Amino acid sequence: MPEHPPVSDWVHDFDHTDPRWTENPFPIWDELRNECPVVHTKRFLGCYLPTTYQAVKEIAYDTEHFSSRRVIVRDVRPPITNTAPPITSDPPEHKPAKQLLLPPFTPDAMKKLEPRVREICNELIDEFIEDGKCDAAARYTKNIPVRAIAHMLGIPEKDSDLFIKWIHEILELGIKDDSALMRAVHEMTAYFAGHIEARKNNPTDDLISTMMNARDKDGQPLSDMHVLGSLRLLLIAGIDTTWSGIGSSLWHLAKTPADRDRLIAEPELMPTAIEEFLRAYSPVTMAREVMKETTISGCPVKPGNMVLLSFPAANRDPAMFPDADKVVIDRKENRHAAFGLGIHRCVGSNLARMEMTVAIEEWLKRIPDFKLDPAGEVKWSEGTVRGPRQLPVLFKGK
Amino acid sequence: MAGKLKIRVDQDKCQGHARCKSLAPELFNLDEFGNAHEIGDGTVPAGLEDKAWLAQTNCPENAIEVTEE
Ligand code: SF4
Repeated sequence: MPEHPPVSDWVHDFDHTDPRWTENPFPIWDELRNECPVVHTKRFLGCYLPTTYQAVKEIAYDTEHFSSRRVIVRDVRPPITNTAPPITSDPPEHKPAKQLLLPPFTPDAMKKLEPRVREICNELIDEFIEDGKCDAAARYTKNIPVRAIAHMLGIPEKDSDLFIKWIHEILELGIKDDSALMRAVHEMTAYFAGHIEARKNNPTDDLISTMMNARDKDGQPLSDMHVLGSLRLLLIAGIDTTWSGIGSSLWHLAKTPADRDRLIAEPELMPTAIEEFLRAYSPVTMAREVMKETTISGCPVKPGNMVLLSFPAANRDPAMFPDADKVVIDRKENRHAAFGLGIHRCVGSNLARMEMTVAIEEWLKRIPDFKLDPAGEVKWSEGTVRGPRQLPVLFKGK
Repeated sequence: MAGKLKIRVDQDKCQGHARCKSLAPELFNLDEFGNAHEIGDGTVPAGLEDKAWLAQTNCPENAIEVTEE
């Protein structure tokens, strides 16, 4: 794995895989934002970073100059082979691919899934509540989205560990190690191909069958390649993103007893609190590839470069949010961009919101009093998705 | 006295974030793709004005217009 030299000049040489960024990116973004709305690094074969809400928004809405065909900033830019529609689709292919995935993820559809997610949370808590302590990332937050999406797709929840391994290889190791990424993609493709084959003889009523039964605008079924691509997307996009969202929320509540007590006393604040956690600790940074020369917020942007489309940095922009660096659990006006803006708005946003809400509610019901374990260490993920990967807590359970 | 409020969802801008529906279920409905429409002709019943403004200021796409008649 090629090592990256440590960063000394953040404004001209930033690196989102640097340990300082991984540990605490917020002051770095503030420093960069004070300098310029769009900064550039030569690392990753050339990459821009918009740091203001306005610049992020301009890029997100501009599908003419910016392509979504690559959505992760990496050290290499190999030919494009494994797509994941609609996230990697540009107009005009994007809309029909996305329309297919929207109906299973509406808020009403999520209400039907909610009872199973509550059960999953409680099954997990049952496993460690007697101990008075746990690594909440390993034992709780990580397992909720993976089991929920497995339940939706109709694949065994017990295969969760396999999925978690692939996601780690693709989104973290894969930034610097192409072979790890390709291996994971191939394993995943073979796994889903098997499930598609099995459903050809024995149709089911899960999301895989829904995709297989879908027809495009000409009445034709989707190719196996398209179905496989979308399944890869659902698994990759649905897991460590929400895992991170739940984890950051619990981390905040563990170290902020005032917010925790208030949320228990005033459960009606849960919706604004969840939106505020999404804003302040947005897990997901997407990428774009510059296709044509243009300017963003007055800064020239040139083809051949990637863009780290940092929704998290936009959500910390003080020009957009008063007290942007504070977590205000009853914040009323919160036009945050945690799920993206424009045509690529996260398909799973309703699922993610439901899972975060249920995971925090069930935790607070059974473990109202908890704190970070001073003997342990919180570790954050590296790269595209930000959230605690190790979250040791102590508690008095109920 | 201020006149009646009227809301309208701009269909070209709406991307189905569903924030409006969760903040003001009395005023917005979602279609099968999760995109929002104002209920009825968009006239905001008395007492729901705050909810209309809340939805407007929380829509990530700025897709909700509120006008005063
Ligand atoms: S909040 Fe805005 S984008 Fe979301 S559904 Fe409502 S109108 Fe559409």
